[in-house]
Amino acid sequence: MMLRGRTWKYGRNIDTDVIIPGRYANIAEASELAKHCLEDLDPDFVKNMRPGDIIVAETNFGCGSSREIAPLSIKAAGVSCVIAKSFARIFYRNAINIGLPIFECPEAVDGIETGDTLEIDPTAGKIFNVTKNLSFETEPLPEFIQEIVAEGGLMRFVAALSQKSKPLRE
Amino acid sequence: MTIAEKILAAHAGREEVRAGELIMAVIDLVMANELSAILAIQEFEKIKPKRVFDPEKIALVPDHFTPNKDMKTAEITKAVRRFAQEYGITHYFEVGRGGIEHVLLPEEGLVAPGDLIIGGDSHTCTYGALGAFATGVGSTDVAAAFAIGQVWLRVPQSIKLVYYGQPGKWVSGKDIILYTIGDLGVDGAIYQVLEFTGEGVTHLSIADRFTMANMAIEAGAKTGIFEADEKTVEYVKGTIEDHESRMRNFKSDPDAEYVRTLEYDLSEIEPQVAVPSLPENVKPVREVGEVDIDQVVIGFCTNGRIEDLRIAAEVFKGKRVHPKVRALIFPGTQKVALQAIHEGLAETFIESGCAFSTPSCGPCIGGHLGVLGERERCVSTSNRNFVGRMGPLSSEIYLASPAVAAASAVAGKIAHPEEVV
Ligand code: SF4
Repeated sequence: MMLRGRTWKYGRNIDTDVIIPGRYANIAEASELAKHCLEDLDPDFVKNMRPGDIIVAETNFGCGSSREIAPLSIKAAGVSCVIAKSFARIFYRNAINIGLPIFECPEAVDGIETGDTLEIDPTAGKIFNVTKNLSFETEPLPEFIQEIVAEGGLMRFVAALSQKSKPLRE
Repeated sequence: MTIAEKILAAHAGREEVRAGELIMAVIDLVMANELSAILAIQEFEKIKPKRVFDPEKIALVPDHFTPNKDMKTAEITKAVRRFAQEYGITHYFEVGRGGIEHVLLPEEGLVAPGDLIIGGDSHTCTYGALGAFATGVGSTDVAAAFAIGQVWLRVPQSIKLVYYGQPGKWVSGKDIILYTIGDLGVDGAIYQVLEFTGEGVTHLSIADRFTMANMAIEAGAKTGIFEADEKTVEYVKGTIEDHESRMRNFKSDPDAEYVRTLEYDLSEIEPQVAVPSLPENVKPVREVGEVDIDQVVIGFCTNGRIEDLRIAAEVFKGKRVHPKVRALIFPGTQKVALQAIHEGLAETFIESGCAFSTPSCGPCIGGHLGVLGERERCVSTSNRNFVGRMGPLSSEIYLASPAVAAASAVAGKIAHPEEVV
């Protein structure tokens, strides 16, 4: 499946407290979380973005808390994927586990400005900046993670695994 | 192999693992607080499992918004409580019998050297102080671990931090880790492990080590880890009955590979403060300048141990909190609170004009029990000073040790303990 959307570019160290502030940490409904996505960083983001839009950021996106509502709020807001120079590791695994596509690609980030339109082929690892007519390659996801994604997220993978119920050790 | 690689290899049923590899590993414990548990429980119940993988290897700790801060939180903790009862979870810690997860779990004997622990909280890395490999994960990882007792991990590279020399009188684990993060930067160790080594660490108490491992994540690290030594063994003897069979003391090989090695002389480190709004904005306290403050909070998972409260009480003894300042003390657990009462520390705090709270994360994430107002400034012994973490966007957090926080409470501005004692 190809992803296509306009970009919203932000800086370094975008932390989970600005992605979804702690005061909303007791909200579990995706639709409610969506309303507050990036509120403390860009209060107009949710108002101005359209489904399919793409968040682009410099290094260490998603640093801070382990709150899974951070990638959840992004996904629920309708963002199709996040591209950054690097991700904080818990954010990275949370995104994979809930099925929010994310790509690490420093060159692409440097070649994108807010408002550019991108086309992304996640399986081939290709990012195309339509506005600027620039192409970039990203690392395809590790095979192991592709398996999780192919099962439709970690819990389906686990459901499949627990049916086989082969313990790895002992 | 490094200590991290050895622990992961042992839990993946392998002779050897190498940095960069993806593994499926068997865990010794999975922890969640009420906020990560509620999402994990929803995910877990979607796949309709009949049981959890092992009811004795799950710890559930309501601590973030507890005692329940509002009706929404009450429903969340109710659901977690119901889950714990339904699945017979042994280590469920009710309000009044628990505390803040990262102070509580080691105290309860749920952490042994060599363990692999995951937790639905980024500061799960705290347990590395005892030589465990412990790392924060998200709620879906927790849900998966509830079901199968396993986790997928990328074997991380390690950074070797070598400390030597003796720290000065007012220098604690907090100052050392702040100094280190100031050097590494908040993204200096992404996906990597901070291995705390060197002759200098032998001078550090287990409480200091907990504080340091706790903040490894503030440099982006997957975890921080200390090799177990005599002090660790002594600590574990006091918390785990069958400690001899539980402890696995892994050590890094002399030819283990590191991405880099950094050296620090503890005798040169002054008390440190991280100024707003990133933990890497670190300065010696004497270089911070005149900063008036409105609130001081001491405690939390970073500095809520009895050793921390002793130092704070030493500074407060016979003095009063500055008239313009509110000071709040958050002991890490019920046991710490009780000990503080036995030792007369609670009395010192209350006589000085501090609020002595029940254990809770409270204001640390801007939840309750001490949230800041517009443009208010706080000195906190917690681990994060991000924009808006303890209140509105205009409020500010300065991170410091219990000694510096207590001295600041008395002075009404950021102060070195020597200025008030
Ligand atoms: S005290 Fe603060 S940092 Fe520690 S677990 Fe609680 S909210 Fe997280």
